[in-house]
Amino acid sequence: MDEKIKARVMDSRKIKRAIHRMATEIIERNRNLDNLVIVGIKTRGVQLGKMIAKLIKESEGIDIPFGALDITLYRDDFLELETQHMVKKTEINFPLTNKDVLLIDDVLFTGRTIRAAMDSLIDLGRPKTIQLLVLIDRGHKELPIRADYVGKFLPTSRKELVHVRLKEIDGNDEVLIAEPNEIK
Amino acid sequence: MKLLIKSGRIVDPASKIDGIFDILIEKGKIVDIKSKIGKQSAESINASNLVVSPGFIDMHVHLREPGQEDKETIRTGSLAAAKGGFTSIACMPNTIPVNDNQGVTKFILSAAKKNTSVNVFPIAAITKGQKGEELTDMADLKNAGAVAFSDDGQPVYDSQTMRHALEYSKLLNFLIIDHCEDKNLSRNGVMHEGYYSYLFGLKGIPSSSEDVIIARNIILAEKADARIHIAHLSTKLSAELIQNAKKKGIKVTTEVTPHHMFLNDSDLKTYDTNLKVNPPIRSNEDSKALIEAVKNGIIDVFVTDHAPHTPDEKAVEFNEAPFGINGLETAVSLILDKLVNKKILSLEKFIEMISLKPAHILGLENKGKICVGADADLTILDINKEIVVDVNKFESKSRNNPFHGWKLKGSPVMTIVGGKVVYPF
Amino acid sequence: MAFNHKHLLGIEHLSDFDIMTVLNTAESFLEISTREVKKVPILRGKTIINLNFEPSTRTRSSFELAAKRLSADITNFSSLNSSTIKGETLKDTVLNLEAMKADAIVVRHSCAGAPYFISTFCSSHIINAGDGAHEHPTQALLDAFTIRQEKKKIKGLRVIIIGDILHSRVARSNIFLLKKLGANIVLVAPPGFVPEELKRLGVNIDYNLDRALEGADIIMMLRIQMERQEKNFFPSIREYRNLFSLTGERFRRANKNAIIMHPGPINRGVEISADLADSVKSVILKQVENGVAVRMAVLYLLLGGKEREITD
Repeated sequence: MDEKIKARVMDSRKIKRAIHRMATEIIERNRNLDNLVIVGIKTRGVQLGKMIAKLIKESEGIDIPFGALDITLYRDDFLELETQHMVKKTEINFPLTNKDVLLIDDVLFTGRTIRAAMDSLIDLGRPKTIQLLVLIDRGHKELPIRADYVGKFLPTSRKELVHVRLKEIDGNDEVLIAEPNEIK
Repeated sequence: MKLLIKSGRIVDPASKIDGIFDILIEKGKIVDIKSKIGKQSAESINASNLVVSPGFIDMHVHLREPGQEDKETIRTGSLAAAKGGFTSIACMPNTIPVNDNQGVTKFILSAAKKNTSVNVFPIAAITKGQKGEELTDMADLKNAGAVAFSDDGQPVYDSQTMRHALEYSKLLNFLIIDHCEDKNLSRNGVMHEGYYSYLFGLKGIPSSSEDVIIARNIILAEKADARIHIAHLSTKLSAELIQNAKKKGIKVTTEVTPHHMFLNDSDLKTYDTNLKVNPPIRSNEDSKALIEAVKNGIIDVFVTDHAPHTPDEKAVEFNEAPFGINGLETAVSLILDKLVNKKILSLEKFIEMISLKPAHILGLENKGKICVGADADLTILDINKEIVVDVNKFESKSRNNPFHGWKLKGSPVMTIVGGKVVYPF
Repeated sequence: MAFNHKHLLGIEHLSDFDIMTVLNTAESFLEISTREVKKVPILRGKTIINLNFEPSTRTRSSFELAAKRLSADITNFSSLNSSTIKGETLKDTVLNLEAMKADAIVVRHSCAGAPYFISTFCSSHIINAGDGAHEHPTQALLDAFTIRQEKKKIKGLRVIIIGDILHSRVARSNIFLLKKLGANIVLVAPPGFVPEELKRLGVNIDYNLDRALEGADIIMMLRIQMERQEKNFFPSIREYRNLFSLTGERFRRANKNAIIMHPGPINRGVEISADLADSVKSVILKQVENGVAVRMAVLYLLLGGKEREITD
């Protein structure tokens, strides 16, 4: 383990409540839910997106089309990566043109992932609007990007790490702050 | 001018001497051999812990001059020979123009006289232009100084022509040397044909291309009752063919190079053009069989087939590179390390195969032996000296040697020709 | 997940993990070619040169499209001269290209070992697009990708390769790759094209096509290269056709759902009868489509990330 867990800032219950709240906000702010589509950024954005889609269906009875986006090929730090990232498939089986796209990711940090995601969406079609939902906004933005729906604002220092764990992927639901161990 | 060599271990296969003796040299000849020669007004060389042997003779070298002086000249080739421990070399006629007439033979001899310190013996062509059609004026060429005849680089493909050459050779006991290759079987091939040529995707030269011509030559030599020498043996079957021929008393002799004994076709996996040679480096089975044939006396002499090319010519894709391996400066160390020091071949047998036997085959009367009256050509060896092959330090103009970086035990340390020390320089 | 190689010179020295990495990556790239905007910015600013010493339209345009869809700049350089014909040596030609700051050079050459030779003095990434009779790694990778699409796996499949195996780089690369992934391979050809020593590669040899076809899952046809041939490997096209041509009737001996593959272009009526040639076409078209995706994957894996210290 080359990092040290400092705190557990959300547990399963807190995560569920935040997602519920955000689902309600989405329903409130989007008059025309029929035009809404959800795109989750791989990997955990996809799981969060599934949860949101399910809640909207339970509340309003509407099936929101749902897709998964891999942004590896749009990253701007491709040439500086220490190890290559495995490219995964983008799976969006519906048109995006003229749709209201709800983009979902687990953590908003520098904003570069979201920039890459928007570039990719625009190559795939011409959305009418793009809204952003994140579970955690941890500050330290490097680009002018902000989320429309935030589960929790979490002030962090730059060198800290934020880990979102979801039951379906990691075995349990929690949000952790960690710090890399000092390299001797 | 006298030269005294003291306390060396003299190994002379001709007289079966192996002991510590002093040798006194005067006017280019050996004049005395005794366990202790008293003080002389002579330059003195201390050869203790060194082996003193008759000067080494390489009867298969390409000097490239006249015509291809960018690869090597008679001068640079001789410097390489001297450094490699050779006191005499016989050079092949595939120059430009071909050595098929007195003019070229005499040119080579006079250039050698002017520029070199080792003995250079020209081998003249069997056929005019090495075209394989008309015989050269062999008596004339012998008169001019040719010691043997070969179309090396090419085989004599037409069997009728070879038959005539062998019969005519009896006139004055000329030696015919054949480069055995069936050019139809070998066509476009660039390495040994076998599993590895298939793996590497390179066109192969089958062993049979050499074997069929050797079989033919043995039969023709028997019929003509003539001598024949088979150049650069490379296959297991050819060693068997020669063994059977010798048993029947046929006058066939043969030679082998270090690269055919110590390298294998699997070594070509890096497509290194320094391993591209004709006949090709063959399989493990073949190289082991060649070493056995050396042990059993089936192979008569060691040669280098020193074939220099410029670095630019070799720095190309494999198919395009010329065939040939540089060998004068590594041969002796390779054989000392891999055969003599490994006790596969005795020191005496090695020396016999690289001095006495070639002298005998080429008819060089006063060479290849250490006795009073013999030419003072000597090779002094340190059989324990450890060297690392460095092609960048070669005297030869060429660098196409595949043994760069090899650590070898055993090396020539001094070369004396006609009573003069020609190496170290 | 790194693909730890600087060059792609052949299949022989790749691990099966390397191969799976390429195939899995290619899956993701297949989708891009179905989009309206067939481009992603990942290799923006990279320079790739297509260096051909042998004529080649298919492979060349496949690499060209692959590079462009990844937003790289690619240019073609053809030379029909070898080093000794008048003109520059191969080494000088490549050094000139390197001086133009090529990040990668895709090389197709008639001499086995030429891409390896280039990699010894040139610092660009080298990709072998076919070297003499030696290897054609991207062809084998796209063939494997196609097989996987159709059959979901490669292990245990019975693969028959028919034709001039001796002179075929496609055959060699496919043999290496399919063996690594666990297929059973039988080579079928007149004896001159399948020397016994090839069995050391772990394959079987059969001169009888009817017998070999029993139970075949994949049938790979090789072109008979009339241009390259010395005489007498086989006596005539007529005799070759009688013994080795894939006809509808012979094809029935293979497994149901067996697929026929061919690197193209087909010699109708020689390797394969006219009636089958049309059904083969659909797989060939798939191979072509997959070819672009596989080549995109290869370019991505070689050129991505920091210039790392790679032990290759």
